[in-house]
Amino acid sequence: MAFISGFSIMTIEMLGARILSPYFGGSLSVWGSIITIFMLALAMGYLIGGRLSTRNPNAVTFAVFFIGAAVFSLPVILFANAIMEPIFLAIEDPRYGSLFASILLFFIPTAILGMISPYSVRLLVETHEHSGHMAGFLYFISTLGSAAGTLATSFYFVLWLEVNQILWGAVAALITAGCIILLAHYAQTSQSVKQTSRYENKQA
Amino acid sequence: MTLSGFPAVGETIHEERSKYRDITVTQVRDRRCLLFNVHRGDRNQTCILIDDPDRLVFDYTRMTFAGLLLQPKPERILIIGLGGGSIPLTFSDLFPNSRIDIVEIDEAVVDVAKEFFFFRETENMKVFVDDGRPFIKRAGIRNETYDYIVLDAFSGDYIPEHMLTLEFLEEVKRILSQTGVLVANTFSTSRLYDHESVTYQRAFNEFFNFKLPSSGNRIIITQADSLPPRGELVAEAQRIAGKMEKYGIPLLDYPRRLSARVDWDMSRRILTDQYSPGNLLRDN
Repeated sequence: MAFISGFSIMTIEMLGARILSPYFGGSLSVWGSIITIFMLALAMGYLIGGRLSTRNPNAVTFAVFFIGAAVFSLPVILFANAIMEPIFLAIEDPRYGSLFASILLFFIPTAILGMISPYSVRLLVETHEHSGHMAGFLYFISTLGSAAGTLATSFYFVLWLEVNQILWGAVAALITAGCIILLAHYAQTSQSVKQTSRYENKQA
Repeated sequence: MTLSGFPAVGETIHEERSKYRDITVTQVRDRRCLLFNVHRGDRNQTCILIDDPDRLVFDYTRMTFAGLLLQPKPERILIIGLGGGSIPLTFSDLFPNSRIDIVEIDEAVVDVAKEFFFFRETENMKVFVDDGRPFIKRAGIRNETYDYIVLDAFSGDYIPEHMLTLEFLEEVKRILSQTGVLVANTFSTSRLYDHESVTYQRAFNEFFNFKLPSSGNRIIITQADSLPPRGELVAEAQRIAGKMEKYGIPLLDYPRRLSARVDWDMSRRILTDQYSPGNLLRDN
């Protein structure tokens, strides 16, 4: 799951420049805008995800992150031009135009994806001694996903597919991940309900 | 862009690393050249003869003026990509009263062109440091039009993919005047040739394909309206060839080189804002 979130983040980021270039060009500052906004969004996501993990951490919220990120990525596919057009008209300087467009298009889905890492640390950690080990392992997996997403998108996906097709793929992957988490959660719950009636009493 | 580069022998007189590329200026006797990214390919972007700066050294810069056969008196000229500035300088010399707008993304290139290649801005000739695509989009929104548009933003090494797409060509078409001509320096080798050809065909229906055996470049020349018959091109060439001699442009030779014949794979995918992997297609 951490792999999929890392992969999706970088797929969207790599396509960001392609999405913005018809309006703001391909200059270095456009890349600067995109990376800045992704970094800020991830920073916010880490903070909020960590905060949320202290209050009743559960698999349903975790699944909602994935599905939420997918839903908030939809405007990038469906309304990108409608969002960029007024910004292009209002802001002459492509640096600030691309910065503003990046905020509107990418900030929310990226921030939600950022919540996944700290939250998953909390879900997986059982003891204090293991927390560092588990956090390191999760960063390893999610950053590996980011590397794979960057490579796959820039080397192959753009050669085979249209930008929106790739984005639909990322949305589908995120929704699938969310559904798998929910299914696994409910399967586990119903199993444990069958196994122990004590657990059932507690739940009730 | 030029693919027929000479090896960069000679003395390096200037070297800098700009935001976008390595810029090198070399000189052998009276021949001074601008090179981008020397370490990767030794390709001359522009060369001038400092004893005879009017003369255009490369085939592709000379070929850029074949558009005059379709539009002999451009009053507003737009050039995307400055390079050493020899194309705009020639236009300025030919048409001192025409307005020439040049768009160059790299400020360092503008400074080098001024310092080493006799380029200067005038009352009628201005450089805008900007990306070509947003510049053209804005010109379209302001309903501005140009009689002569040169697309020369492709530096051999890196291709701005957002300026190869159908949507971009539609925006170019919007700022092309009724009698205006578009001259685009494009790729003649690799798979990109087919992709670019089908994209131009979709945008403009037809175009002249202009190649010379001595040059690795392919120049696309087209108009918003349908293309004139060859007889008109020949007549126009005879009328203005004399004026082109001092630049070394063999205009009389050009009409027979302009071909409207399809010599590309029509089944290739059109390049769009959704699909434009130009840099990947070039290497395959």
